[in-house]
Amino acid sequence: MDPLVLARLQFAATTIFHFFFVPLSIGLVLLIAIMETMYVVKGKEEYKKMAKFWGKLFLINFAVGVVTGIIQEFQFGMNWSDYSRFVGDVFGAPLAVEALFAFFMESTFIGLWIFGWDRLSKKVHMICIWLVALGTTMSAFWILAANSFMQRPVGFEINNGRAEMNDFFALIGNGQLWVEFPHTVLGAFATGAFMITGISAYKMLRKQDVQFFKKSFTIAVIVGLIASFSTALFGHQQAQYLVETQPMKMAASEGLWGESGDPAPWTVYAHIDSENEKNNFEIKIPYLLSFLSYSSFSGEVKGMHQLQTEYEEAYGPGDYIPPVRTTFWSFRIMIVAGCLMIAFGLYGAYLAWRKKLEQPNKFFYRCMLWGISLPFIANTAGWVMTEFGRQPWTVFGLMQTKDSISPSVTSGQLLFSLIAYCLIYTALAIVMVYLFVKTIKKGPNAVADSDDHSSDPFSKEGYHHVS
Amino acid sequence: MSLNELWFVLVAVLFIGFFFLEGFDFGVGMSTRFLAKNDMERRVLINSIGPFWDANEVWLLTAGGAMFAAFPNWYATMFSGYYTPFVVLLLALIARGVAFEFRGKVENGKWKGTWDVAIFLGSLLPPFLLGVVFSGLLKGLPIDGDMEMKAGLFDMVNIYTVVGGITVVVLCLVHGLMFTSLRTTGALRDRARKLAHKLLIPLAALFVIFAVMTYFQTDVFEVRGLPLGLMAVVGLVCFLLAGMFMSKQKDGWAFGMTGALIVLSISGVFVGLFPRVMVSSISDAFSLTIHNAASGHYSLKVMTIVALTLLPFVLGYQIWSYFVFHKRVHEKEHLEY
Repeated sequence: MDPLVLARLQFAATTIFHFFFVPLSIGLVLLIAIMETMYVVKGKEEYKKMAKFWGKLFLINFAVGVVTGIIQEFQFGMNWSDYSRFVGDVFGAPLAVEALFAFFMESTFIGLWIFGWDRLSKKVHMICIWLVALGTTMSAFWILAANSFMQRPVGFEINNGRAEMNDFFALIGNGQLWVEFPHTVLGAFATGAFMITGISAYKMLRKQDVQFFKKSFTIAVIVGLIASFSTALFGHQQAQYLVETQPMKMAASEGLWGESGDPAPWTVYAHIDSENEKNNFEIKIPYLLSFLSYSSFSGEVKGMHQLQTEYEEAYGPGDYIPPVRTTFWSFRIMIVAGCLMIAFGLYGAYLAWRKKLEQPNKFFYRCMLWGISLPFIANTAGWVMTEFGRQPWTVFGLMQTKDSISPSVTSGQLLFSLIAYCLIYTALAIVMVYLFVKTIKKGPNAVADSDDHSSDPFSKEGYHHVS
Repeated sequence: MSLNELWFVLVAVLFIGFFFLEGFDFGVGMSTRFLAKNDMERRVLINSIGPFWDANEVWLLTAGGAMFAAFPNWYATMFSGYYTPFVVLLLALIARGVAFEFRGKVENGKWKGTWDVAIFLGSLLPPFLLGVVFSGLLKGLPIDGDMEMKAGLFDMVNIYTVVGGITVVVLCLVHGLMFTSLRTTGALRDRARKLAHKLLIPLAALFVIFAVMTYFQTDVFEVRGLPLGLMAVVGLVCFLLAGMFMSKQKDGWAFGMTGALIVLSISGVFVGLFPRVMVSSISDAFSLTIHNAASGHYSLKVMTIVALTLLPFVLGYQIWSYFVFHKRVHEKEHLEY
């Protein structure tokens, strides 16, 4: 098999898998931090119970996120050594800062948080979880700074046959980063929130610990609504930025071969024929693409044919059209999932506001349960669009994917690692889902019970549970 | 000192920190297999490193990140050249990391047994593989003029590198046993110290064998004979002191000595390498050095400012976390894992 295909497959598989856990961690830890803050401010035990119960799920998830992240840090060098040589000077810096700034922070303070309930004061313990939250968010910032460089390279010059950094502030001031980071992180907040609303809805449906889950639902649905709505806003910003900086990705995500015309309509559905470079059937909404691209109801968007000609002039002969169907559909899947999240969030927040959460509302609760999957679908689809849409480039305009792989790694080695990673990841996924379900079924009180068994009944903590 | 030299030192410091800290984690992880007599003791062992192991592992990630940023060619050549060992290393670290978190989640013998295997192998394989990799850097690897390392199995795994790997494993084990005797009480504590004491002689033998082989198989004693000789003398003193402290049951001091041995061993590797980062067995001209493998001046300058600003904070809160959990782990208290 072609090493390039295998290396790309491995990167896609490991990154997509890793990114199931990362946004969930970022989102859950924020909500846990909010809950623990309410505990410290209001002094009510139920908030502590909340932080502990959702904390159990968070920790299971966090562990998987951490270990799958180790591969990410190593695989640039292992599978993409020519890429690493070419951009390491620029791209390595945010990765190193991420480790130094974010990884140390989250790993140290998560240890303090898990083991420190009895050893730290309430306030210090609360600060620890906020520092974990800050660490996870900063981790996202730095890795996205690196990714933004791939989307829109800035702050470098070509020296000695490679990209060398000449402006660090351009790198972190990259316009791409400032649309990509909020969009991604807010999406992560929504992921955590929808996990909590979904599980809470399920528990309310089963009439278990209704008060506990009603409160959890209320806190999470507010965060979820604000986060998913803001994600959409920044998504809109990002689309506009895309038209300027990576028009080919935009054109591909619209399935736009020729010119859009002015005003440009938005294609809802297209039967894309990539071989003949045309669409056989399209459903369009007038004006909408102009609005998405320029926030106005006029304006033309360039099509792939014209851009292909322009790119050939700029970068030499070659095929600069990314996989159109994947880019087109992943974009739409993300949008549909995002819109559903906003709708669910609105209705859930309305119910919470009108204090109607306890009334039997089976259909909606089931929707919320299945709604857990929505942010995961949106996150994955969004990244598929972002990364597929950038092809054939790894660093837009600078380096192509086919030139990025490790010359010394054979397909045999790649096949071995691909299979090994997929097997261990499948096992991890199964165990994780099993532990999630187990923890959820036991509920918040069981968590406290199991603590009693192992805790010293004469210690403060144990005494409290017994009484 | 030039920035290239400074970053060589910083990468060395990160690896030394990693082996010092994660070294005892690995040792504790390995010892769960034979030191603990029952599930409760196993739990005590795991909980003794519970709050720390994750942050300790970050030292490795940071070392990797620092290599990527400061010496992209070193990062690219070493990680792609050592592809298969690194895949196994990653699998081991993955299994180990989740095992700590998952093990105590289900009360079932088979479940726990499975994760115990993961903890054991996950703690045994990484120090072994990293030992193999680091001795390989000293011995030399088939690196060509394009900085590509095209190594066969026996270029990577041979008697010299295997001895190096085993030495690192035993070193971590002794260090971990001393950590255990520092963090636990009663019978477990005594058993850990006694086993560490017993292992000192085999460890010394491994060091001697490795040093002799290094003398014949590498050029590091020719290049850096004096500093390495001095370090060997200091190492000998640490060995003697470690033995003395162990028999006097001064666990803290003994732990300090095993830590010093780790610091000396890993710095020895870097002293021997300097100014190279990877030795080419094809031609000296193809060796990767702190100059031909490095990033540009601007990048190194930025990274220096960032690293020197952040490191004091990192060290500060990590030391604080050890202070918070300075009490010994006790069977009767609440065990998280």
